[in-house]
Amino acid sequence: MPSFPKPKIPDAVVPPPLRKPAKPGSGGTPKGQAPSDLKEAPERKSAGDKMLEVGKEAPIDALGWVDQRLAASGFLTGMLFRKVPKGTNWFYTLGSATLFAFIVQATTGVFLAMFYTPSATQAYSSIAHINNEVPLGQLVHGMHKWGSSVMVILIFLHMGRTFFFGAYKYPRELNWVIGVVLLILTMTMAFTGYLLPFDQRSFWASIVGININGTGPIVGPYLSDFLRAGPELGATTLARFYAIHMLLVPGAIIALIGAHMYLVVKLGTTAPPWVKAQRPKVAAPVAPLEAGANGNGRVNGDRSNGVPVDGEETSA
Amino acid sequence: MADDANKVNGADEAPIKERVKPDPPGYFEGESMTRRHVFTVASQALGGLAAAGIVLPAVGFAVAPIFHRGKERWEAVGPVSDFVEDTYRQVVFTETEGIGDAGKTTAYVRKSSADLGEEPGKFVAVSNRCAHLGCPVRFVEAAGNFICPCHGGVYDFQGKRIGGPPVRPLDQFQTRVRQGQVEVGPRYSVTSQMEPVRARDPGEFTGGIWEYLYPPRPSTFPAP
Repeated sequence: MPSFPKPKIPDAVVPPPLRKPAKPGSGGTPKGQAPSDLKEAPERKSAGDKMLEVGKEAPIDALGWVDQRLAASGFLTGMLFRKVPKGTNWFYTLGSATLFAFIVQATTGVFLAMFYTPSATQAYSSIAHINNEVPLGQLVHGMHKWGSSVMVILIFLHMGRTFFFGAYKYPRELNWVIGVVLLILTMTMAFTGYLLPFDQRSFWASIVGININGTGPIVGPYLSDFLRAGPELGATTLARFYAIHMLLVPGAIIALIGAHMYLVVKLGTTAPPWVKAQRPKVAAPVAPLEAGANGNGRVNGDRSNGVPVDGEETSA
Repeated sequence: MADDANKVNGADEAPIKERVKPDPPGYFEGESMTRRHVFTVASQALGGLAAAGIVLPAVGFAVAPIFHRGKERWEAVGPVSDFVEDTYRQVVFTETEGIGDAGKTTAYVRKSSADLGEEPGKFVAVSNRCAHLGCPVRFVEAAGNFICPCHGGVYDFQGKRIGGPPVRPLDQFQTRVRQGQVEVGPRYSVTSQMEPVRARDPGEFTGGIWEYLYPPRPSTFPAP
């Protein structure tokens, strides 16, 4: 991996608790001679300067007003400035990339819904209308269509990264389970979305897909009846797929993404397997038995107790 | 404190000295639950009832089509004289109403043949829906076979599977003659011995134990 220079975060956006303290002797009044003439009164500020000052403070004041009522800055500071392990690299962006793909799907999907008609007799012509007549319609439809493949590819790459880096292990098993449910829901989106253009390809692909569902013993036949809303692909099948595609599953995906990201922030990320575990240089403030060396030289950390997690940079 | 209050408010009454202390705490005599517990259970039960009142109708609404059987539909596909014993004639008719061309399906129809051990004087309507995954098969005149374009399923003249991945013979439609016209009706499936059974989806085996592993659906019509 090529290493990129770390971007310098301007002091203004770093919240005070995380700011580096000034070096001893560097703060306060500058060394050397005092201003030559202290008797002269300081220059009065003009009205314009005062306005400028107030204007400069206004965004911070507004933010402060909101934060006094939300009390979100503590949470946001913890979330946005949390520490990440050494060795964190570009593979760790696959989850965010999948989230971005989902946002693209959600946004373009909303605008496609403004022109799409989920009726067996009008669906095809409404898609043709979007592609041929609506300004930028072909682009938005294309983003949704190709974006769906991008999302499926990214979610598998993200899953592969998690697997090969061992990031599914204790204490992150639940996040793996949520991720698998998200994968299934994404595949459900891909399956139900495929029928919506209602051309020959989507029609026959959906028939084959539904029939594959039907080959499951005992429940299969009822499952395919449920998907079709009857014994044959009919008038309500398309409406049913449309409702699943744009109401049922997206809601579940958004809720589960929230849970997924909460756990990512709460538990932290893992170091890549090639980064050797470091014992913290500073003595941990909890009893060593509680911190628990787990036998393979890796220390189970615990953020809340101030014990660094594996490989985490110890800046102290 | 309570005793003081009694003294002030009810001067005539003697102060209640023997205040009943519940034992165990929270339980009075004869009670099997604390009051707090009663209200907890009651409010949870009410909440559950309200949730069920929302969820059950919604789920029932979505699941109801599984148990609904549509109206039996018969459609004339041509006069009796159009159909012969030794080859098929392709007919297109509506299987699902209200969705235009998407509701149409194709069948291959011929007269029944005594040479094949069929009851004479009847008509055979073979569905073009492949018994593998539902792709449309076509009848190839030169070979006398039905061939599926998707995954290479091959069926003989009667619709019995002779090659490829399909799990059973091609489905058939019920037929009858009304006023000189051949009419096709509900779909049914057949076993490998060509015994009619209730319609199954493609990919599902028929006959023997499979009749239980792929149970008949209430949304289909009984086999003839």
